[in-house]
Amino acid sequence: MRVLSLSDWRDLESYAKEVAGTPHDLLRAPETGLVMLRGRMGATGAAFNLGEATVTRCAVRLVDGTEGHAYVMGRNAAHARLAALCDALLQGKDSGTAVSEMVIAPLEAKLQAAHVETSTKAAATKVDFFTMVRGDD
Amino acid sequence: MYVAVKGGEQAIDAAHRLLDEERRGDRSLPQVTLDQIAEQLTLAVDRVMNEGSLYDRELASLAIKQARGDMIEAIFLIRATRTTLARFGYAEPLDTQSMRVKRRISAAFKDIPGGQILGPTFDYTHRLLDFSLAADAEPAEAARAPSELRSDMPRVLELLGSEGLMEQPSAEAGEPEDLTQDPLNFPAGRDLRLQNLARGDEGFLLALAYSTQRGYGRTHPFAGEIRLGTVEVSFTPEELGFPIVIGEITITECEMINQFKGSTTVKPQFTRGYGLGFGQCERKVMSMALVDRSLRAGELGEERVAPAQDEEFVLSHSDNVQATGFVEHLKLPHYVDFQSELVLLRRMRAEIDIAKDRLEAAE
Repeated sequence: MRVLSLSDWRDLESYAKEVAGTPHDLLRAPETGLVMLRGRMGATGAAFNLGEATVTRCAVRLVDGTEGHAYVMGRNAAHARLAALCDALLQGKDSGTAVSEMVIAPLEAKLQAAHVETSTKAAATKVDFFTMVRGDD
Repeated sequence: MYVAVKGGEQAIDAAHRLLDEERRGDRSLPQVTLDQIAEQLTLAVDRVMNEGSLYDRELASLAIKQARGDMIEAIFLIRATRTTLARFGYAEPLDTQSMRVKRRISAAFKDIPGGQILGPTFDYTHRLLDFSLAADAEPAEAARAPSELRSDMPRVLELLGSEGLMEQPSAEAGEPEDLTQDPLNFPAGRDLRLQNLARGDEGFLLALAYSTQRGYGRTHPFAGEIRLGTVEVSFTPEELGFPIVIGEITITECEMINQFKGSTTVKPQFTRGYGLGFGQCERKVMSMALVDRSLRAGELGEERVAPAQDEEFVLSHSDNVQATGFVEHLKLPHYVDFQSELVLLRRMRAEIDIAKDRLEAAE
């Protein structure tokens, strides 16, 4: 679920192309709403409400009755539906292995590559300041 | 008082059509796209998300386009949009400790574990206009270090906490109050104050923060740690009953270190102020942290003498949508109200004339 939500829609769409046609019913049609995000006072203290974010949710049922759920930040209904479908397929023995290999693994690799890029670019800006000693006068 | 008026539909339609045309500008130029706004006016988008109190880059970009770049109008549009959407629930508190850091600095310590990471900052630029941008020059690619940053950046304030020099926030307290569900009442808890400041006007908070530095409620601040990066958002859907990651957001966090508080039983410790905001918004979270600390005056036994320490003053005036609503409503028709003032003024003047005539007649 984590990888399916975090991934870029275009990536998900292209890697999940083959499973997108799997027959399923909508238990809950894609619906966009709000989730209130929270922070903590002083980073580790009691929680406070920070502000909301748009989230789209969807639930599907495969022909064999397996249910799949998705909550994805943003307003992309197709993303939530495909993520819910993948979630359902991931619970099946054979389909789970297939979706893990075909969809999840490459998406995870992409996310990881993006993280490495961000982190190494940030690391290049690491600075060592020299403290100038103040004069006595 | 504003009194409802009727009529004028045609003129209002024409005014809005004119607005649409003015928004479009020179039709021989391509329209600015939402992707372009989201990708190239990033910090404007961040501000609209913050003060609109809604994390959605696409909606914020649309609001900026529709508002012709007027930030408060764009924020107003976002606030109006959120009222049309159902609330699914509350996310788990963000874990900023696990942030994927893009920038992380401390102005209090030079050598911090994990290092000082400047990231994409305007700091140390010369503030000279770059005319290569006017010529649409493509920038060079960013430099890369051979290895990644450490993934668990320790918190600067915890380094002091371990020695007992820093006050520790208490994690207890029940469900935080929510401004969007109940109207603001005073005295307000720190949870409500932080929510209010997080969606408060950047300019207002900046001015208040500046006033504390200039002596109106001094707090002796140091920027203990500022971080910018992405954190994952977890949410527990009712039907699942366990938390799932639903996406990630960019946030900026500021922890201010302020001067001491002690008592006969507790040795003096540093106190702290906290700022957190959507996107890259360093000025906002620094201001928020300073004002948060000032508003803790009562709790810390300080005399409330300055505007930034007066929670009713700060929290009642920080919201720019409310503020603009009340200020700008003055331009709507107030004809009846004004007529009554006119009548009153005329009567007052006439009464003075009558009194004067009587006086003269008596003499």
